Amino acid sequence: MNVQYRSSPAPGSPVHARTAIADCDIHPARATATELYPYLAKRWHAHLETYDKHPYQGMMEGPPYPKAQPNASRRDAWPPEGGPQGSSLSFMQQQHLDPNNVVLGVLNPLGTGQGIRNHDLAAAICSAINDWQIEKWTSKDGRLKGSVVVANEDGPTAAAEIRKRAGDKNFVQVLLLSRNVEPLGQRRYWPIYEAAEEVGLPVGVHAFGFGGNPITASGWPSYYIEEMVGHSQCQQTALASLVLEGVFERHPTLKMIMVEAGFGWAPSLSWRLDKTFERLHSEVPHLKRKPSEYISDHIWWTTQPMEDPEKRDHLFELIDWIGWDNLLFATDYPHWDYDEPSRVLPAGVSDANREAFYLGNALKLYGLS
Amino acid sequence: MTRHVIAPVDDLPPGTRKFVTIDERPIAVFNVNGEFFGLLNRCPHQGAALCEGPLIGLAQSSDPGEIEYTKLGEIIRCPWHGWEFDIRTGQSYCDPKRFRARAYPAHVEPGSSVVKGPYVAETIAVSVESDYVVVDL
Repeated sequence: MNVQYRSSPAPGSPVHARTAIADCDIHPARATATELYPYLAKRWHAHLETYDKHPYQGMMEGPPYPKAQPNASRRDAWPPEGGPQGSSLSFMQQQHLDPNNVVLGVLNPLGTGQGIRNHDLAAAICSAINDWQIEKWTSKDGRLKGSVVVANEDGPTAAAEIRKRAGDKNFVQVLLLSRNVEPLGQRRYWPIYEAAEEVGLPVGVHAFGFGGNPITASGWPSYYIEEMVGHSQCQQTALASLVLEGVFERHPTLKMIMVEAGFGWAPSLSWRLDKTFERLHSEVPHLKRKPSEYISDHIWWTTQPMEDPEKRDHLFELIDWIGWDNLLFATDYPHWDYDEPSRVLPAGVSDANREAFYLGNALKLYGLS
Repeated sequence: MTRHVIAPVDDLPPGTRKFVTIDERPIAVFNVNGEFFGLLNRCPHQGAALCEGPLIGLAQSSDPGEIEYTKLGEIIRCPWHGWEFDIRTGQSYCDPKRFRARAYPAHVEPGSSVVKGPYVAETIAVSVESDYVVVDL
């Protein structure tokens, strides 16, 4: 009798050699609640067990929407040794980094000290997360690079953490979230941009945040799907604030990355800003250039979740406006809305643009080429 | 079309599924309340292992305010992006024009019939006393 079937192959086994890619949005998780303790002073262990965290908004750890999949993650991404999705380096290597030929993976930890009202605790947890990224991830796998997370509502303390990591090759960016206590261009956040520019790190702004503001500009919506699409309006608020407060005028070499909030809205926001700027220029005389010029010179965009119009030409027109050099491929692994590298870009892209999209832009932006 | 014996029926009780690879193709066979369904374990959207997702029902609305929940346990929901497919037909409920999951007929055959063939059963020892789950490919 012929051999007609066999047991399934190991998950993530490489089917064929793939083009090398950079994944600019990977979410590492902690396997246990106390995994950070080795990096936190004893004082904070007792504090957390006695008082826990006092957040700016409710549901900081229990997410405000049920997220559609467990921990908002792929159902096939549970590590075999236990723990939540994204908490095992070996399984991340086996399921994602190796088969997808990821040569640069940027870690974006989301559950950090950001959003905690006790700013000393916020800073301690953020610093612990940064040490943990080195110890658990970047020192174990040279493809992975960390993000300096900071106590975002306390500018001087955040700036001190950034300067502490200056020159540390384990990190390639500073990480903020889009929904803070105030729009991101406001003065309380300026020390962060000053320090980032000084040490030469770009600043990523990832969707989400715990500043106490709802996901929409007019209240809390009913559905998770509204949160999913709401990220783009939060990001627009953050970006408009950064431009109009003059952050890029003050920091001409600062680079920022809009992470996981889409990019389809970039042209319309820029056009609208430019048109209004012509009429209201006298209100913001500290701006010497058109808003769209600051955006095209200072902003990069991660791709996931990719805009997916029915006609690929519409996507290409969007990217032509933004610039093929300004997009950074990302999967969002292990989250459920993960973009599969081989499936996101339609046919009809030149080899040079394809290489820039998947790898070259990220290496250049992060100074790794 | 070849008929493949994948398991004694007792090994696949209601509510369970079995993953096999037949002719290089990853396939899952489901037992839903005694009915058997075969499905290619690859989502036509972005290629995830579709059959590792949960089996849910189909929520539809004929009019605003009216929700019908049918096909309980017959809709496979992709473990990545949540795309929904009918395990009977492979029909997509997200984008039926562009995408369809590949369904394979699966059913139970008595051992007396399986022993005679023409079936392919590589790792299953077949006996006339048992019934077997068979997939057509």
